[in-house]
Amino acid sequence: MNPSLAPARLRARDLLRLSSIGIRTRKLRAGLSALGIAIGVAAIVAVLGLSSSSQAGLLAEINRLGTNLLTVTNGQTLFGQTAELPTDAPGMIGRIGPVTSVQYTGSVSNANAYKSPFVPSIDTNALSVDATSLGLPADIGTTLSQGVFLNAATQDEPICVLGAAAAQRLGIDKVFQGERIWVGGMWFYVVGVLNQAVLTSEIDSSVLIGFPAAEKYFNFDGNPSEIYVRTVDSAPQVNAVDSVLAATANPESPNEVDVSQPSDALVAEADAKAALNSLFLGLGAVSLLVGAVGVANIMVISVLERRSEIGLRRALGATKGHIRAQFMSEAILLSLLGGAVGVLAGAASTAVYASSKGWEVVVPPLAWGGGFGAAIVIGAVAGLMPALRAARMSPKDALWSV
Amino acid sequence: MTVTSGPAGSSPHGILAPSAPGSPNDSSESVVRLEGVSKTYPSEPPVDALKDVSFTVHEGELVGIVGPSGSGKTTLLHLMGTLDRPTKGTVWLTGLEVGKLSDAELSALRAGRIGFIFQQFFLAEHQSVLDNVADGLLYTAVPLSERRDAAARALESVGLGAKLSSLPTKLSGGQRQRVAIARALVGSPAVVLADEPTGNLDQATGASILELFHELNEAGATIVVITHDRAVAAWMGRIIQVLDGRVVSDGPAGEWKRATGA
Repeated sequence: MNPSLAPARLRARDLLRLSSIGIRTRKLRAGLSALGIAIGVAAIVAVLGLSSSSQAGLLAEINRLGTNLLTVTNGQTLFGQTAELPTDAPGMIGRIGPVTSVQYTGSVSNANAYKSPFVPSIDTNALSVDATSLGLPADIGTTLSQGVFLNAATQDEPICVLGAAAAQRLGIDKVFQGERIWVGGMWFYVVGVLNQAVLTSEIDSSVLIGFPAAEKYFNFDGNPSEIYVRTVDSAPQVNAVDSVLAATANPESPNEVDVSQPSDALVAEADAKAALNSLFLGLGAVSLLVGAVGVANIMVISVLERRSEIGLRRALGATKGHIRAQFMSEAILLSLLGGAVGVLAGAASTAVYASSKGWEVVVPPLAWGGGFGAAIVIGAVAGLMPALRAARMSPKDALWSV
Repeated sequence: MTVTSGPAGSSPHGILAPSAPGSPNDSSESVVRLEGVSKTYPSEPPVDALKDVSFTVHEGELVGIVGPSGSGKTTLLHLMGTLDRPTKGTVWLTGLEVGKLSDAELSALRAGRIGFIFQQFFLAEHQSVLDNVADGLLYTAVPLSERRDAAARALESVGLGAKLSSLPTKLSGGQRQRVAIARALVGSPAVVLADEPTGNLDQATGASILELFHELNEAGATIVVITHDRAVAAWMGRIIQVLDGRVVSDGPAGEWKRATGA
């Protein structure tokens, strides 16, 4: 007729209520002790979120520019001299099935560009003068920021278009009528400036003139040095073109041709951004550690202060396990609170920064999941010792020592 | 391990002897029984807090354990309340031998069969009177709504039916002790152990608490009150006098009053 002496299990709701007593009755103290964990989690979430967001931004850029651009460059001969691409290489490449467009430039090595004839000839500003085919901007994924590009009517005149960096170095931020620069010992009129060419940065520092003009004024031989090839936008087709490109461009000596895919470099850069900023992660981890010590400290104090409560609970029938569970879950709840605030703060700062940069906001599950997980683990570790102490407390000492 | 007990005298373990001769209610069940109990605290030199104490508290009794401070009354309360174990001798509670139970089983025993009342009340200031009393059943697997219902009834029985949602800080000392009494009674324990229940109260309030003990005892509760206060002891039905760790007298309050001139 007597009930059994198996201790009752605490219901989840009761345990939650018990574990929140310390937090509800001492809000300021709980808030301050959870702050360390909040800062640590926020730092980690923000670092992971920002690197993911900037990676997403870069990948979006790559997507916009396309991964189907291949470049063919004149390589070196067996003897280490600069090789030349045949003049009919662009035409031959254009006949490869999946190729949709071919554009090319030729390096005019005997001409340099200056703001005026009075600039010492040694101050080349590292600018190159290149002859270009007429559809270059669209092919390499850039546009004109000002003016117009070369066309069939202007390509044999002393007329040039500047790459973005070239314009900057020459001090030209606006194209006026009659704007001119000193190229290879004569005036060339500037008719346009390109936007940055992300995939082909060599174009940025180029002064582009027409092939006929180059031949006319600088005795240019007409051999292309870079060929920009767009293919059908599918990876197998790109690879197929890639594999035959060298032999097509220079059937006589394919080994003197370099073929590359510019988007590879950007993809590698994106991957590098995912490699985490270890300094900030380290700072976050240190902050988490400090937070854990803070929570442990508060829990130890709490257990000492609440001796009589512990004694009373033991007298009311709480087992050691009940007491342990109460303080353990209080520590976990406390650091989970800090973790939640940290995840929100980290996500918010990621959102603010990423949207200011125009990136997609990405907070990877690893970041917020890891933030919550770390908080739980820290709470459990920090709460373990105080909870064991509370459970070990003799009920009579806890009740009759006050 | 699950231990169940039958009524006194029919324990499955056969550990219950008949009630000690001379106790007032030989016929009724023993709720608390001590047999040759000694308690020595291992300090330097060792302190013998209790020496060979034996007595039995029966169902329905209102017992006062009286003695000056240092006489061993509080140690006696620890042992009766299963908060401590004797160095020698045996303690039975509702027929169960305390020494044979694990810490967890003792906890369950306290949860269901012992109610404690303390001098300092020990109420949680942040929760309502009703929830304070309901927490008396927290460790008994009773769902919250039933705990609250039982708490409301217990508060009604101590005259605080109108204060269910008050916070303890808004109550007078006497009202707080009534809340603590309701918390001790809410699970209908086999025995209520009160440690100086009027120690923090003025005389009139203390008297009203003792009156309440009387009423509750008449309604069937078994209550043991530990006190150094002779005036409090005078309210009890039976008085066990303790001095230097020994029981020096045990009998109806009338005898004690005559003997001590209280």
